[in-house]
Amino acid sequence: MQVGIAHFLTVSAVLFTLGVFGIFLNRKNVIVILMSIELILLAVNINFVAFSAVLGDLVGQVFALFVLTVAAAEAAIGLAILVVFFRNRGSIDVEDINLMKG
Amino acid sequence: MLNGLEAIFFYLFAFIAVAAAFMVISARNPVHSVLYLILTFFNAAALFLLTGAEFLAMILLVVYVGAVAVLFLFVVMMLDVDFAELKTGALAYAPIGALVGIILAAELIVVAGGYAFAPELASTVAKPTPDLATRTNTAALGDILYTDYVFYFQIAGLILLVAMIGAIVLTLRHKQGIKRQNIARQVARTPATAIEIKKVETGKGI
Repeated sequence: MQVGIAHFLTVSAVLFTLGVFGIFLNRKNVIVILMSIELILLAVNINFVAFSAVLGDLVGQVFALFVLTVAAAEAAIGLAILVVFFRNRGSIDVEDINLMKG
Repeated sequence: MLNGLEAIFFYLFAFIAVAAAFMVISARNPVHSVLYLILTFFNAAALFLLTGAEFLAMILLVVYVGAVAVLFLFVVMMLDVDFAELKTGALAYAPIGALVGIILAAELIVVAGGYAFAPELASTVAKPTPDLATRTNTAALGDILYTDYVFYFQIAGLILLVAMIGAIVLTLRHKQGIKRQNIARQVARTPATAIEIKKVETGKGI
């Protein structure tokens, strides 16, 4: 049983797809959509780390670290916006987010 | 890359991670979603450990499980939302979502399985990973993160600072009618403004 980089890429692809599918499946619940985005970013990180390991290049892990930073900042800002939105509208339904009539 | 026992553990962690990720998007209760998200992160950290990225695995636990997931949990519990109502009509978009997902997954897996490394790739390695026996992963990451990538590192810190300030500015709310301490006013008090002297006549009260 030999596990190579293709196995890691497959796991990452499945996680990425589940994240995208989660956005479709939970169209009304912004919290779960944010969690799906976290899943997508995690899949990207797995790709970076797998390639870093198989190529013996440490820069992939450095970049994964920066992806992690951006993911944390995104979650904090997203949840803050969500809290403010809930205070103003009393709902987190995506279909209620239409104040700008876009 | 991984053989024997490591390969078995890879399949174990990968399976749990994928199953937990599926539960994240399909759980009825968002609290359960967050808990499954934590399980996914734990297993992804184990996958990182298998590849030798020890520092990233621990950072994943500290940052994602310790901060992001707890933040999610906090927000889910703070918002008083009828989550069952939000779930209604969710399956209306499931077929098109499944279609997009299956196509995307098939494409990604075809690309992942059908690749081949270019022969000159070995010479393009920017920072070779040192042997784990001579330099730990954490120390090796620190060696290049604080030297060649110090500007990126500082920009990452700046992003976090901006995110922190943004989150505070967005959610900070000044309620009216709350007594607050005003230090400048307290310090500026003088006997002239604080004390009122009344002349009391003998034999009478005030």
